Order: sequence, then structure tokens, then C-alpha cells
Amino acid sequence: MTFEPKILAFCCNWCSYAGADLAGVSRYQYPPNVRIIRMMCSGRVDPEFILHAFQKGIDGVMVIGCHIGDCHYVSGNLEAEKKVKMVKKLLKMVGFESDRLALEWVSAAEGLRFSRLITDFVEKVKLLGPNPLRKKEEKIKLKR
Amino acid sequence: MEEPCKEKERVGSSEEPRIGVYICQCGTNIAMTVNCEAVAEAVKNLPNVVWTKVNKFTCSDGTLQMIQDDIKKHHLNRVIVASCSPRLHEPTFRKCIEAAGLNPYVFEMANLREQCSWVHVREKEKATSKAIDLVKMAIAKARLIHPLEIPVVPVTNRALIVGGGPAGMRAALDLGDMGFDVYLIERQPSIGGIMCQLDKVFPTVDCSICLEGPMMSDVGKHPRIHLLTYHEVSKVEGYVGNFHVEIIKKNRGIDVELCNGCGACVDVCPVMVPNEYDLGLGPRKAIYKPFPQVVPNIVTIDAENCINCGLCELVCEKDCINRNDEDEKFTLDVGTIILATGFESYDPREKNDYHYNDYPNVITSIEFERIINASGPTLGHLVRPSDGKVPKSIGYIQCIGTRDRGDSSYCSGGICCMNTLKDASIVTLKYPEIEQTVFYIDMRTPKKGYEELYTSIRKSGVRFIRGKPSDIREDPRTHNLILTVENTLLGTVDDIEVELLVLATGVVPRKDAHEIARLFHINRTADGFFMERQSSLAPIDTPMDGIFLAGACQGPMDIPSAIAFGRGAATAAGILMLAKEVKVPGDIAQHNPEKCVPCVICEQACPYGAWKLDREKKTVHFTAALCKGCGTCAAQCPRGAITMLGFTDDQIMAQIEEALKENPEDKILALLCNWCCYAGADTAGVAKMQYPTEMRIIRIKCSGAANLRWIERAFDLGAGMVFVGGCHIGDCHYISGNEFMLRREKRIRAMLDKKGINQDRFRLEWVSAAEGTMFQTLAIEMSQKLKALKKDFHVTTKNSA
Repeated sequence: MTFEPKILAFCCNWCSYAGADLAGVSRYQYPPNVRIIRMMCSGRVDPEFILHAFQKGIDGVMVIGCHIGDCHYVSGNLEAEKKVKMVKKLLKMVGFESDRLALEWVSAAEGLRFSRLITDFVEKVKLLGPNPLRKKEEKIKLKR
Repeated sequence: MEEPCKEKERVGSSEEPRIGVYICQCGTNIAMTVNCEAVAEAVKNLPNVVWTKVNKFTCSDGTLQMIQDDIKKHHLNRVIVASCSPRLHEPTFRKCIEAAGLNPYVFEMANLREQCSWVHVREKEKATSKAIDLVKMAIAKARLIHPLEIPVVPVTNRALIVGGGPAGMRAALDLGDMGFDVYLIERQPSIGGIMCQLDKVFPTVDCSICLEGPMMSDVGKHPRIHLLTYHEVSKVEGYVGNFHVEIIKKNRGIDVELCNGCGACVDVCPVMVPNEYDLGLGPRKAIYKPFPQVVPNIVTIDAENCINCGLCELVCEKDCINRNDEDEKFTLDVGTIILATGFESYDPREKNDYHYNDYPNVITSIEFERIINASGPTLGHLVRPSDGKVPKSIGYIQCIGTRDRGDSSYCSGGICCMNTLKDASIVTLKYPEIEQTVFYIDMRTPKKGYEELYTSIRKSGVRFIRGKPSDIREDPRTHNLILTVENTLLGTVDDIEVELLVLATGVVPRKDAHEIARLFHINRTADGFFMERQSSLAPIDTPMDGIFLAGACQGPMDIPSAIAFGRGAATAAGILMLAKEVKVPGDIAQHNPEKCVPCVICEQACPYGAWKLDREKKTVHFTAALCKGCGTCAAQCPRGAITMLGFTDDQIMAQIEEALKENPEDKILALLCNWCCYAGADTAGVAKMQYPTEMRIIRIKCSGAANLRWIERAFDLGAGMVFVGGCHIGDCHYISGNEFMLRREKRIRAMLDKKGINQDRFRLEWVSAAEGTMFQTLAIEMSQKLKALKKDFHVTTKNSA
């Protein structure tokens, strides 16, 4: 059986979530591996959310917001950028593949871009293999 | 209803007229044909003319300011602008002089553009002399015009919206949110219109009912919106701010208040009939909801098919079945009316387009919509009617019922093109194995997101063939269709077989659009849709103040445009109702009791009941608020006891005399009604339809006002021909004015006989506002007749001399 990664995407309400809707309306196909959580702004994505997701065994996390300069709340996406950079550093420090975390910008008009980004990211995570933390958890489960 | 100011007064009638004449070049629109300087030269020394000026653009802000300054500087008390049609800019200039302290009615226009420069492009000299005549006629009238009092009437703060499609619903929601009571009337059992029959909408291929359902529900729940489904309008009376609308509540067979739409009755009803909502592709019961999302959520009994078995009554726990109810009539008083009566998809049954009636696998795009719709008769499975199997190939033929010769030469504005692209997109997604072919003349994708959908469909492998199939045959075994088509891009003629054929039927006016137009006293354009007041700047207004248009009753339009129109109409109606009162025209009838010998003629002539004869007191009573100013009463009155303010006998006589001062035998004096024939002449002008220059047009309100005395006077002055033009019978803006003119024709003909005048020298014709071509044809024909008559005419004049 091929490995099907589970991806979590934090999408901001105004651009990327709307972009995902547009992808749907336009029937742009993308793999079903992604689970989307709607946020009002990408700046709302607390670093803890990301870490929590990885701890729970998610194989990849995407934070998707409005393009720089287009934030509905003026500067929320700049905050998101800082936070994601910081989390990436943290992940490296503990020896976790930081490529499992991605930050992207998708506007409400970019349905096609949304579907491509998701497709590409799923492929990328497939190559990385399952989240090592999940392996451990599953192993524990097996032992029991 | 309150009565407007009682009697019209003639304010300042003793004042000596001081006339200012402004001749407009309209850029080069007028100046290219008419020598404006020569016109100015010819009129500047006429009596009472104190100021004459030629302008490049009289309607520009700077020139308007200049006119206002001139009024003060030269003490002008009458203003004439010789430019475009008064139907276009009379309100602009009236407002301008009003701001300078003059009464808006001391103003007159000469129509040098639509009825002179644009229609006589190749006859510069003759056009200039016609222009001089037109300005002189305006001056002659202006000497006799007087300020009129402008009555102010209250506006009822309730609105009526006719039609519950997207446009009507949007207008209702907006007006309701503004705080006005709205009556939304819909003849079907549910609101929703054609949009709720659609599966998807273009260009996003979004789910139609998902968008419309919540909106329908909002309308149903809105505390200010009074839903009148299964109702129809039967009569409209009154005027802006004060309409009285008679409404028929059609017998629905149930108690609307009690029914909660549980549907128990539907389950037990034994009668199955084809469902109109599914275009007969699926069944419904005799007690039914046409579709699951109906608003209001109640059932309707179709009395025609009900067999009175009474089963529904047995199961109804709320006792809301009243099968023996009858239609009820009631009257609503509203201030404004919005017409959102929508369109129809072209019906191919009549002309049997592509053997639609004979071959089961030829369907229309609306039928396709029902078949592919999840709540449709096949639950969304695309199957063909002949064998219930999924077709392997589908053909779409564009421009069915439109872009044809004759009345349907118009294009539905890309709506059928986009609809087909949308259909193709649905099929590509649901049934990628089906081969699809589109036969088109031109793919028209002019709006936001349209071209993108077209490109993506082209890329997805749908075949596009530029050419309309000339022949269709059915394979009797398979019921497949074989189309013969010339591929005009490749220059080949091919036979193409498809298993299902979809006719992309065009957007056409509703079959009863004519009756609706009559009911509301509005016009229709040549394509049959309702005519807007002005196509560029007043697309929502109608010539009837207080009545507005929204959605596809005005012309083919997609859903976003219909919504925009709905909001626009709501704003227009809201503005009127927020103002609480409105100025109504002052050019109405005036009673001169000293001349009146109370008879009943005025009462009979008035379709609005403004004149009432008190048979006991032997007096005539006039209600100004009811008068619309057509002038039929004045023309009928045998004693001249009625004055039509703004169009008095003296004024019209002065215009006639001025028009016929020089070479009367070469002229055709035309008395044209403002709403149809004069507008038809304007339409001919805007379309630059050329005709000879003999015509001297006098604008009157209605052909019913064309007085026999005026016509007699014109012939006494030696007019070559006299032409009276009105609306078609039944289309009169004032209900019945033209019928009075029609009856008057006999007396006119008798008068001609008495005077020994050739009957051919008088013409009575009906021309609608849309019939520019007809006006041109008439003008050419009359000009030829005039030339033919001339010989005979000279003999007559010699004899009389």
C-alpha cells in the first residue's frame, strides 16, 4: 500500500479559504489528503497549533494566507511569516524535518494555484514519508 | 389620496415675452447638416426674440450656466433650445431655467437633431430651411406660453413588485430593508422564477438553487415583504406616488394561512399530471408543490385537473383544503411599481425547429437543465428521452429562435452561448466519456469570467464547429440524429451523428409581454422587451413616472445583471418614496366654465374619470389630480371650453401658421403623439434613417388631442399634406386617445370632401416608439405622394382662386 500523507492546512478566511472555494467551484482537482481549518487570518495561526498537529502525527502542515500587502487585516500575514520562520527553526533544532511545514500565499482568485500548491505539497510529503512521531505512536499501539 | 393644488393659474401672463434662443451644434451632430449660424441669423430679429446664440454643446455644464446668466442679464422670460429631442433633454433644460428663477414651463425645444440633421444628412440646404422653420415654430409657440403651476402630490410609501425571480426578489429585499412595505406579486405558486429551474449558473458553474434558495427564504421571512404568490395584476390606475392596482387572488384551493406544507395531501392525491416546472418531463399531483424548495412552503390545488375525490381533505390535519374557493379581487394603493416579469426561453414547438416536435432526442436547454438537475425527473442522471440510456454523444445548436430574420434578429447577449458552455462543463465533469459538439454562429462571451470558461471548455476537448446545421434526420432504429452542417472554417460539409441534441434556445419576451405593457401603459422595443426611458442613462426608468424595470423583462440579461437591475430599481423607487412627495406635470387640462355648456362629451372622452358631469346641478366637475394631460377632452369639446395647458389651441395654431407661412404646398404638417409616433421619429433619427425634408413635426401629447380645427386650419393655409400619427390601437399611452382620433377621422374626411380637398392629402397612421423604419417608410411614401399630388393641387388652388 502506498503511503497517503495526512496534511493539515490553515487557511485565512479572506484569501486562501476563498481560493480553495474557487478551486472547488472551478472543479480544479487536487488530492483528498488535505484537511482545511478556517482561520480569520493567517496571523492567528499560533505556533503551538502547528507543533500540536505534528505531535498528533500529522504528516505536513500548510499555513496559507493572503499575498503580502493584501492582508485583510493589514499586517496579519507578516506576523504569520515571522511565526512560521520561528517554528521552522525550532523544528530544525529538535531534528524534525522542517520541510513538513510550508507557508504559502493564495488570493481569492487563485483557485488553480491553490490546487497546484496542495498537489505539490502532498507529493513532497509523500517523498518524506510518514511523520516520525506518528511512527512511534503507531509502534506503541502495535506493542499493546 | 390628496388632491394637488386646485386650479392652475397663469402667472405673469401679462408680461411681454422676452425670448432667448439657443441653437446647438451638438458637436458636429447638428452642424454637419444644418448651418446653425444661418438659422440664428434667420431668427434673431423676429419679434420678441431678444437674445440668440449658437453653442457647441448646449447641454454642457458651462453652457447651462451661461443660459442662467443670460436669463438674468437680458431679463429673458422664455427660453428656446434648438437641439436634440425634448424626449431626451427637456428635463435638463427645464431644471436649468428653474434654477435661474423661471418657471420650468416657459421653455420650448426645437428638435434639430433626431428629426432634422440626422435624417437629412445629404440635403444640407433643405435641412437648414427646415431647421429655420422648426425654430420659428418654437418661437411662435413660445410667445404664447405661460408659466404653469406645478402640483405636488404625496407619495404612498408602499411598493408593488411584479414578478418573483432574482430581480424582483432583490428589489423586494432592498426596499424591505429600507423600511418600506413591499407587495411582491407572482403568478406561479412559488417565487424563484426561471433561476430555480436551472441546475447550475454560469460562468462559475455554481449550484443555482444553493444560491437562490436562501434568498427565497429571506424574502419569505422578511417582515416587510408581503408575498402574493398565485396572484395576478388585472388593472392599474393612478399616477406616480398614487397607483391603484387591482389584483386577482387566484383560487389556490387551500387556506394559505393554515397550510404548513407537510405534503400529506400530495402523497394521497391520485391524479398524476405532467409538471410544468419540469417542462412535462416528470409528473406532479393535482395538489402539488412544483419543486421541493417552494416559498411560501404551501401546496396548491390545480383546479383544472382535480377530480374532487376529497382524499386530501381526509388526510389534512389542519383542515386547510377549500376546494370550492373562488378567485378574489382586491385593490392595493402603492406609490411605486417595479416590473420584474422576466423572460421566456424560446419555444421551438411553434416553428418545429430541428424537428423538435418529431424527434424525441431533440431537447431544449431548459429541458436539459431539468434532466441534469438532482431534483429533476431523472434525479440528475443524464439520459436521453427515447430509451432512457446515457448518450454517448451530445450536440448543442446555438442561436435557436434568435439571430434570425425579422423580429428575432437580436442576440440574447451571450446567455445561450454561456449556458451551453456551462452545460458542456457539467457533462465533462459528470460524464467525461461523452463526446460533445457545439454548433455555433459566433461564440459570444463578453462578460466577466465568460471567456475564461470558454477557453477551459475548448481545452477540455469539446468540439466546436462554426456552422448551423442545415438539415437533421433521425435514424429510425437508434433514434440518433444525423446533422448536416457546413463547417464554415474548414469549408467542408459534414454529416455528424449525435445521440442527444440540445437546442440552445434564446431569451425571448414573455408571451403576454404585450398585455403587461398595456396594463402598465408602457412601451416595448422592436425585440418585444419593455422599453426603457432612455437606453444609456435611464435603463431602469420607463416613460411612466413611478414605474421601473428590473431584470430580463427589459432585455436579455444574465443573473448578475438582473440582480444589479433589481437593486437599481429598488433605489429608484426608494428615492421617490423617501421624498414623500413628488412634483407632477403642470401641463394638464383646465376648465373654462364660462364657455362650458354642460354636456357629457368630456366625461366620455376621459379614460381616467377626471371629468364628471353632475347631472342634477348641470355642472361639470374637473379633478386635476386624475388628469394625465392627453388633451383628448379638449379636442372633443364642441365649445372649446377646455384649455390644454402647455399645448393650447392658440399655441398649436401659431405653430401651424408659422410652419405653413412659406410654400405651404411643399410641406407635410405632422401632428405626432409624444409617446409613440414622435418617439418613432426620434428612433428613426437615432438610427440615421434618411427621409425627405417636407415634414414639419408638431409634438402633441396624444393623437386624441389632434383637433379637427387645427387640421382644417392647416388645409386653409394650403398645407400640402397633413399627417396625424399616434400609437397603435390598444397601445395608447392614455388608454383610448387614439380611438377618439380614429373616430374623428370620419369627420375630417367629411370636412375634406366639403372643401374639395383630395382625401390623399390627409393621413392617419399608427407608429410605435420602436418603429423607426416604419416612420422612415411613411415619410418617404408621403413625400412621393405629395409630389404626385402637386399637379392636382395646383389645379385646385387655381380653381379656388
